Amino acid sequence: MADIFQPVAARPAPIATEGLMPWIKRNLFTSWKNSLVTLLMLGLVAYLLPGFVQWGAINAVFSAHADACQAARGIGACWGVVTEKWRLIIFGRYPFEQQWRPEIATLVMVTGLVLSCIRAFWSMWLLALWAGVLAVFFTLMGGGVFGLEPVRTDLWGGLPLTVMLATLSIFCAFPLAVLVALGRRSNLPAIRTLCIIYIELIRGVPLISVLFMASFMFPLFMPQGTSIDVLVRVLVGITLFAAAYMAEIVRGGLQAIPKGQLEAADTLGLSYWQTQRKIVLPQALAMVVPSMMNNFISIFKDTSLVTIVSLYELTGAHGLALNSDVNWRPFKIEAYIFIIAIYFVFCFAMSRYSLWVEKQVNVSKAR
Amino acid sequence: MSDDNIIRFDKVNKWYGNDFHVLRDIDLKVARGERIVICGPSGSGKSTLIRCINALEEYQQGQLTVDGILLADDIKAIEGVRKQVGMVFQQFNLFPHLTVLENLTLAPMWVGKLPKKEAEERAMQQLERVRIAEQAGKYPLQLSGGQQQRVAIARALCLTPKIMLFDEPTSALDPEMIKEVLDVMIELAEGGITMICVTHEMGFAKAVANRVIFMDQGQIVEQNEPHEFFNNPQSERTKDFLSKILGH
Repeated sequence: MADIFQPVAARPAPIATEGLMPWIKRNLFTSWKNSLVTLLMLGLVAYLLPGFVQWGAINAVFSAHADACQAARGIGACWGVVTEKWRLIIFGRYPFEQQWRPEIATLVMVTGLVLSCIRAFWSMWLLALWAGVLAVFFTLMGGGVFGLEPVRTDLWGGLPLTVMLATLSIFCAFPLAVLVALGRRSNLPAIRTLCIIYIELIRGVPLISVLFMASFMFPLFMPQGTSIDVLVRVLVGITLFAAAYMAEIVRGGLQAIPKGQLEAADTLGLSYWQTQRKIVLPQALAMVVPSMMNNFISIFKDTSLVTIVSLYELTGAHGLALNSDVNWRPFKIEAYIFIIAIYFVFCFAMSRYSLWVEKQVNVSKAR
Repeated sequence: MSDDNIIRFDKVNKWYGNDFHVLRDIDLKVARGERIVICGPSGSGKSTLIRCINALEEYQQGQLTVDGILLADDIKAIEGVRKQVGMVFQQFNLFPHLTVLENLTLAPMWVGKLPKKEAEERAMQQLERVRIAEQAGKYPLQLSGGQQQRVAIARALCLTPKIMLFDEPTSALDPEMIKEVLDVMIELAEGGITMICVTHEMGFAKAVANRVIFMDQGQIVEQNEPHEFFNNPQSERTKDFLSKILGH
């Protein structure tokens, strides 16, 4: 005889599964092997940390005294090199007495970037905002109007150059990448072939050689008397390079869209561009947020390669500041740690932001 | 010549690649307001047949006319036909990144150029018709299969089509949810719209169809009104098929 069905009331779990102690137990001490690794790692930290604190803080020299730094060599860090050289590292060769200009220009651009990241500001006004930001940036940096002394672009350097190159090349490369990705999947053979050739050509060469071409070879093909600013050429070079890689990322997303989505759009009578804009791209781009942000971060750091065409962005300016100065050259490492910290702040912010964007675009997948 | 037949297949042939002859000499006339059920074994070409009607598939030989428009390569003709034809898929094919309401208003706003408010009113009417208005703000993946399919039906109806095509609308559903979708389809049939439905729900066929078509190997083997079709099938192939799907 079958038992009569009895509903079972929900009851709390018998052991706590949330909170600090359960987390530690579950993640660090589940088995004796795990516990051993945890203890070994703790030991390693305990072994290394005091030495680092000694070197980095207790025995360190913070004032810009080359002699004091020399005396502390080997036992303490010389942060004095940063105190002494930070303006050169951050602003490069930009004329010293005019450095308030790149300072404001960078602040304006970073503010623009931060605002663009906030959901409440996502509207058409953002385009107007960016037109303003770029106008302010280039007016301040270049001068020549409003009584600002003109400054040639090859004197621009340091952080403003890094931020500007990364921002502009990402902004320009992204739409280009979307078009190329769509083109590579187009039914029109000419467009498809063109996109494939572009992608494969760019992917076949290192960024350095693209920059080299843009900087030194391209002018040779130009008619006599015409010249395009080296900064623009380099910007176009990075953009074309980045767009090829991004296009392949976007294509990955496009391929993951089920055929049924396109058929549904077709039967509703949506045109090709309506389908791409309303159905395909929102889903495809949402899927590739992590790898796209990966690419953005890598572009940000790749801008350091423009040093080879004599544009001294952050990394280049670091070399410029220290290589020729015998007094301070020995303390390159400390100065490197300084620019590493700057790069890290930007890249870490991008990667955290990427996680947030992922959450936003995946709202519809939550059940 | 005005024609009572809203759909006409004249000797339509279709091949996948060079060798797979998927539709063979299809001759079929569908009258306005007619309700047709197509059945047959898998691979018999029944889905391909109805997908030709809104140009999701192209054919290589013969002529297919839908609501007076000859379907050929002409993109304008295809657009014209798609305005008249709504389609419901086995896998629903709702847009997962849009809410239910947005799924419904998308085409009326972008293809039909309706203002947002009007499109939303129309969408809510259709959602009420399929009895799911309270879910308008949810995303498709938050709904059950039966609910999703009803939303898909409402989405197709938002463009006020003259013809509705159903491609195995209940085949991907749990048994418990089939009835809620069939009920909506039966109501729709009573409204007088032209319906072509690929399905193996023979109860539905008996209840609403004017005509049942049996296909095999790319051909129409037999067609008849439902009572005759089920009780007095003519060909051996049809008898065999019916004994398999009704036999248990």
